[in-house]
Amino acid sequence: MANDSIGRTFGVALGVCLVCSVLVSGAAVSLRPTQAVNKALDKKRNILMAAGFVKAGETVSGERIEELYKNIEPRVVNLATGDYEENIDAVGYDQRRAAKDLARSMAIPAGEDFGGIKRRAHLASAYLVSDRGKVRKVILPMHGKGLWSTLYGFIALDAKDINTIRGLVYYEHAETPGLGGEVDNPNWKALWDGKMAFDESGSVRIEVIKGKVVPGRAETKYQVDGLSGATITSRGVKGMLRYWLGEGGYGKYLAKLKQQGVS
Amino acid sequence: MADEKAKDILFNPVFNDNPIALQILGICSALAVTTKLETAVTMCLAVLFVVSLSNTAVSLIRNYIPSSIRIIVQMTIIASLVIIVDQFLRAYAFDISKQLSVFVGLIITNCIVMGRAEAFAMKNGPGASFLDGVGNALGYSVILLFVGVFRELFGSGKLFGAEVFSLAAEGGWYAPNGLMLLPPSAFFLIGFFIWALRSWKTEQVEEES
Repeated sequence: MANDSIGRTFGVALGVCLVCSVLVSGAAVSLRPTQAVNKALDKKRNILMAAGFVKAGETVSGERIEELYKNIEPRVVNLATGDYEENIDAVGYDQRRAAKDLARSMAIPAGEDFGGIKRRAHLASAYLVSDRGKVRKVILPMHGKGLWSTLYGFIALDAKDINTIRGLVYYEHAETPGLGGEVDNPNWKALWDGKMAFDESGSVRIEVIKGKVVPGRAETKYQVDGLSGATITSRGVKGMLRYWLGEGGYGKYLAKLKQQGVS
Repeated sequence: MADEKAKDILFNPVFNDNPIALQILGICSALAVTTKLETAVTMCLAVLFVVSLSNTAVSLIRNYIPSSIRIIVQMTIIASLVIIVDQFLRAYAFDISKQLSVFVGLIITNCIVMGRAEAFAMKNGPGASFLDGVGNALGYSVILLFVGVFRELFGSGKLFGAEVFSLAAEGGWYAPNGLMLLPPSAFFLIGFFIWALRSWKTEQVEEES
């Protein structure tokens, strides 16, 4: 059959590929701006959720998000010194891209890599949450390996003592729905409010334990219930907190905030 | 006569030759996206778009496709359409696309789409193929919506996210059935659907061997 000649086969394959690639790239390119807006909005929504301005599962319009987001001031922190990096655009800073750039990131020594992320950027974002003219909370982005995926999220610390946890949210992960995916469960997230991240000596104590936390013990304030059926995801959450709140992560910055207060 | 044929092509797959209930294709996504009606409806529309257009496109070039590479040509067309749908969802229905996550991409491997391209579009004209695509997507949608209504209503007491039964946890009377939110419940529901369908249309019952 003429259809099956080599020339015809190549011709049809080439034609189909050309038409399809034009359609696909056309759609991808023309829709990218709208998608980028959505992604940025989603991130803001999650920061607002960590800040407690938006409740989980609540639908908020884009304008409302932008309006609430005025209470939030993004900053960029130099993790090595703990100081703010002033001559960089904090709004546009992309920490995830920087972490992939060899010049702007560093390898994490294996013994300190509790989050399992291998590299981190020199500079990291931080978000100061104001309410009625005063900074109330500090929100730090964090990420680390769970079972299947890297979990990206935020933790909010109370600005009064830089110790009390005010919220924890994840905005991107691919853990098993119903097991590790329960990091999105509002009931579980509510457990974090009021827990303590550090003990008196300043080392990171917050942990996700196996099973339920026994109330009334000395360590109760440092512990959160584990997710049942998701040991590795729970361990990942604990590991990334230990890394990002510790010396290798935001440790120096948080220590400075504690000494000098949040400005 | 021609009208009747078109009608047959369009509506046969809904009950007489349902892709899920009779051909048992596309079960995977029927389990995954039906915990909520919102995602189920989006998935139905996405499949409707992909299968009708892929059928039309394959049918248009069916006389030019060399049989040695026909499957890969069909795959390329289907995959392109799926990517376009995925891009659209990400741009205009971000929340839903996040919930559907990988399952939009998996339409590429949905046997219904491939099956219709190979079994129907390769042998029929573009008009008939388009109708066949729409019909099969409707058949798929009927099941997804049926399963979705039950799972959302009894699993979380809601329909389209609006409260129907007041939940016990919020002071109401209804204790949600957690099984409904898990994939096995969709198996049971599809099973019940097939049972009901075959009691109604007894010619679908397979002969016992």
